[in-house]
Amino acid sequence: MSAKPKQTDPSPHSAAAQMQAREREYQQLQQNNQPPQHLLRNCINAFWTGGLICLIAQGVQQLLLSYAGFNEQTVGAPTSAIMIVLAIILTALGVYDRISQFAGAGSAVPITGFANTMSSAAMEYRSEGFVLGVGGNMFKVAGPVIVFGAVSGFVVAIIKVLILELGGAGL
Amino acid sequence: MSVNLAGRQTWLFNPAPLLLGTGSVAGKREGEGPLASDFDVIHKDPYLGQKSFEMAEQKFIEEACNLAVRWAGVGRDEINLHFSGDLQNQITSSSFTARSLSIPYFGLFGACSTSVESMQLAALAAAGGGAKLALASSGSHTNAVEKQFRYPNEYGSQKNETTQITVTGAGAAVIAAPDFLPAPPAGQIRITSATVGRIVDLNVTDPFNMGAAMAPAACDTLLTHFKERGVRPDYYDLILTGDLGRVGSNLLVDLLTNAGVFIPEKQLNDAGKMIFSAEPKNLAGGSGCGCMAVTACGHIRREIARGRLQKVLLVATGALLSPLTTQQQESIPGIAHAISWEVF
Repeated sequence: MSAKPKQTDPSPHSAAAQMQAREREYQQLQQNNQPPQHLLRNCINAFWTGGLICLIAQGVQQLLLSYAGFNEQTVGAPTSAIMIVLAIILTALGVYDRISQFAGAGSAVPITGFANTMSSAAMEYRSEGFVLGVGGNMFKVAGPVIVFGAVSGFVVAIIKVLILELGGAGL
Repeated sequence: MSVNLAGRQTWLFNPAPLLLGTGSVAGKREGEGPLASDFDVIHKDPYLGQKSFEMAEQKFIEEACNLAVRWAGVGRDEINLHFSGDLQNQITSSSFTARSLSIPYFGLFGACSTSVESMQLAALAAAGGGAKLALASSGSHTNAVEKQFRYPNEYGSQKNETTQITVTGAGAAVIAAPDFLPAPPAGQIRITSATVGRIVDLNVTDPFNMGAAMAPAACDTLLTHFKERGVRPDYYDLILTGDLGRVGSNLLVDLLTNAGVFIPEKQLNDAGKMIFSAEPKNLAGGSGCGCMAVTACGHIRREIARGRLQKVLLVATGALLSPLTTQQQESIPGIAHAISWEVF
């Protein structure tokens, strides 16, 4: 509201005061007409679908350990890669967004969600060409995740170093 | 000249211009909805055989225009003016359609209110002597709009219950000067009045609740129309708002009630509520330029022909936001334009 000029007349009959009253009244109307939020249902769905995705990944990991000759140290990367490829296939088939409408954070938080952001953007901008379309827009949704993931990782690492150094010096 | 100004915002047309023909082309989801049998053409393929959603949208508008011209029984080269709009950046779908139609052209942007805005201007031109025949068209494409205003289509974001789904489809209407037909047939639809809306902004900032952003504008235009035309709400068999959806429609009823106006439930409906079934997957209903365009040019025109409706007021609502203004945390200005279709 900072763009609006300051009103010098504070009387309740001034135009600005009337407008504010109308806005407040309308906010009240909106609250009365708000559709139900289903917070608990969404949380439960996110919990079990997210868990299911992790369970599938665990199964993939066990298969790789048992049949593909990987050990505990090396199995992480191929497991992630398989989950990413599965998510991209589901995105390309137009299924992943439907799963997400049901699962919410359950399908957004695991690595499959990240694969979906990248591949959906890449598909969307294919019509604008490979370089400026796919290349230029692929990180459109995933970009902020990477930026703030890196920034928060850096901040947490600094805090950890400081605490360890102070702890080591002081105690 | 048959235009009279009533009050500040309302045009009364007497004699009234004629709605000669309409065309409506809808997409897959609309074609599975309750109004499916009233659309001229339903396309299951969102690409329409084109390379991009944007090119498909252009084909939707083009096909609707050609159908309207054919239903009107006139030649494309007889049409003097073409008003059209859509939701693309720089309204390219409309301009590219105009490129292939080669009818003298005005491009409009009124967001989802463009459907009625284009008809108002076409009627004004036809009634005022500026055109013998004028074509009004508008359309939208859900995938093209998601791409421009929201996220990539296949991106998995959970949409809440206030979100509306953009209609894939286009509608067009050919409007003729009052004296174009020497003896208009019985059941000829005439455009008798139009009220041009003002922007109303009650500081709604949520782009996933556009019904709430537009409802105050719809209320303002309705109250103005009743006052300036000097009619009561029950003059109309149906007052159809454009795309308020389930949330916005309830708010409109509350706003009208607060203003002391009561419209019975069966006389007030919303194209966004009608076009899709009430299943949860359709969220709060439809929106977009195509919503009112296909509902009016497809369903309402046929309801009038069936004799179920005689006097209809179409009130198309628009949320005049862009992705940029949303990110800059501006509120959403709403607008609503009204036009009346009547059979004498």
